[in-house]
Amino acid sequence: MNIIVLVKQVPDTTEMSVDKETGTLLRAGVPAICNPDDLAAVEEALKLKDQLGAHVRVLCMGPRQAEPMLMELRGMGADEVTLISDRAFAGSDTWATSNTLAAAISLYPYDLIIAGRQAIDGDTAQVGPQTAEKLGLPQITLVTQILSCQEGVIRVIKEYEDYSEELEADLPLLITCVAGNNTPRHGRVDWMWESFVTPVDTLNNQNLKLDARHTGLSGSPTLVKKTFPRTLTGSQEVKAVAPAEAAEIIAAYLAPYLQKGGK
Amino acid sequence: MAFDTKDIFVFIQHRQGQIAEGSLQLLGKSRELVAAIPGFSVVGVLLGQEAEPLAQAVFDGGADKVILVDSPRLSRYSTQHYTTALTEIIKTHKPDTVLMAATVIGRDLAPRVAARVNTGLTADATQIEVDTASPDAGMLLVTRPAFGGNLFGTIVCPKTRPQMSTIRPHVFDALKTPYTGKRELVRQEVAFEAGDQVRLVRHLPKKEKAVDLSKAHVILSGGRGMKDAYDLVLKTAQEIGATPGASRALVDAGIAPKTLQVGQTGTTVKPRVYIAVGISGAVQHTAGMDKSDLIIAVNSDPQAAIFQVAHVGLVAEGQKVLPLLKEELLKAAAK
Repeated sequence: MNIIVLVKQVPDTTEMSVDKETGTLLRAGVPAICNPDDLAAVEEALKLKDQLGAHVRVLCMGPRQAEPMLMELRGMGADEVTLISDRAFAGSDTWATSNTLAAAISLYPYDLIIAGRQAIDGDTAQVGPQTAEKLGLPQITLVTQILSCQEGVIRVIKEYEDYSEELEADLPLLITCVAGNNTPRHGRVDWMWESFVTPVDTLNNQNLKLDARHTGLSGSPTLVKKTFPRTLTGSQEVKAVAPAEAAEIIAAYLAPYLQKGGK
Repeated sequence: MAFDTKDIFVFIQHRQGQIAEGSLQLLGKSRELVAAIPGFSVVGVLLGQEAEPLAQAVFDGGADKVILVDSPRLSRYSTQHYTTALTEIIKTHKPDTVLMAATVIGRDLAPRVAARVNTGLTADATQIEVDTASPDAGMLLVTRPAFGGNLFGTIVCPKTRPQMSTIRPHVFDALKTPYTGKRELVRQEVAFEAGDQVRLVRHLPKKEKAVDLSKAHVILSGGRGMKDAYDLVLKTAQEIGATPGASRALVDAGIAPKTLQVGQTGTTVKPRVYIAVGISGAVQHTAGMDKSDLIIAVNSDPQAAIFQVAHVGLVAEGQKVLPLLKEELLKAAAK
């Protein structure tokens, strides 16, 4: 079985903050990480590889600086890693990104494509479904568990807000995973050593031959007109108190709400 | 660019005879939008099996017209058949805008449809307004958070139609009094593919009683500072009749379930009182709770960012405060 995993390198938004004076985004020193949902997708692929002996290829669209991240994923057990990188792809929105990813995926054999549900920088959750559409594949988004994958049929649990479904589909298809449902493994030291001296495959637009109307900023139907930072809302009155006093203050604020019918 | 498209279409999500709140909120917001676009109407798109009785509620909610597709293929949500139906409607009726609530279903369906009709889609927006400066009458400015809520971006779709967007539930209000428009019902036939690409094996109700954070009046949330004592958060929440919540740090660490996650990638909440205990206040968290009426933050670090959004900031150790809360509350209630 051939599995392709889609990953993105993102800034760790938990570590990000806004300059109180200027209102600008403070990005300096914020680590670049493998997007958490994508890392969960890699782990699901590697679990299937452990169970069934699959070939796992990781595809990542982004700048060259994502190479060490891809090497780490290879150290975890991915068989091949490929970086899709070209200035022509820069500024792609989700539609243009999915055209680009679909073109890259089409170069390889696949039975199953696993993507993270959404990236923590863009938070769109659109690239998985749009890539599936461009490839003409069925999709199951928000998969919390792969129950089985045999004889060309996959069974998964998909989560909704207040219920779940056990679903079944024929391969090939695309699924999206969410962080928190598995524990991504650590890389193996010997594989890691080997990975860091082995180059990462790259694809550029000479390989994909995409028209400027279909990729990059020029090929994107949506445009960012402006950006602005979030404004703060609190009264910001902060005082140090003993635990008992803290509990008393909270109780004083809380009592009226809880008496009127509670939750 | 001159488009020959018109009207704002709202996808009506429903289940067990109930229209999703997010869809009703979008109908209400769309009424406000069309008031600024001459000649535009609000159109509800109702897909389902025997869903016609719901049309009245869609009209009441703000629709001038409802387009109904009635088929056994649509008896439950499926990406495949719902994409077919919505694409067909877009091709037939040429809407200028298609909106849907950013629910699990909305965020599965909208990207698929946008990719099929090759148009722009903005995800999980929190603000939407008419660009009155644009020569295109219906041009929308759609604002959404990015980078974990640290930054907002205003997105436009200048080259293609329909312009599509998913809108975060609970940021707009549904109409308070029923709308009385033309109430025009249009039935549409759609040719569906034979067979289901994805088959339902079984429906699984949530084991625990589903916690609906978005409807909670009082939320007691724990973060990294409570990582060794999250049980205390759950216990205290139960004792005081609050709904428990958690930050992403605890969910990612496997300490709290995803269903309790408040924030940009979890649930957006707007309770009467939000109590944040041991939560540092990363923007991806506060973006999901800073609209709460009253925010009380307890954190041992006086520099914690959570205090910037809190109305009441208490520098104290959450693990020592929570065990005292029930008793203090009983005392306060007795006063």
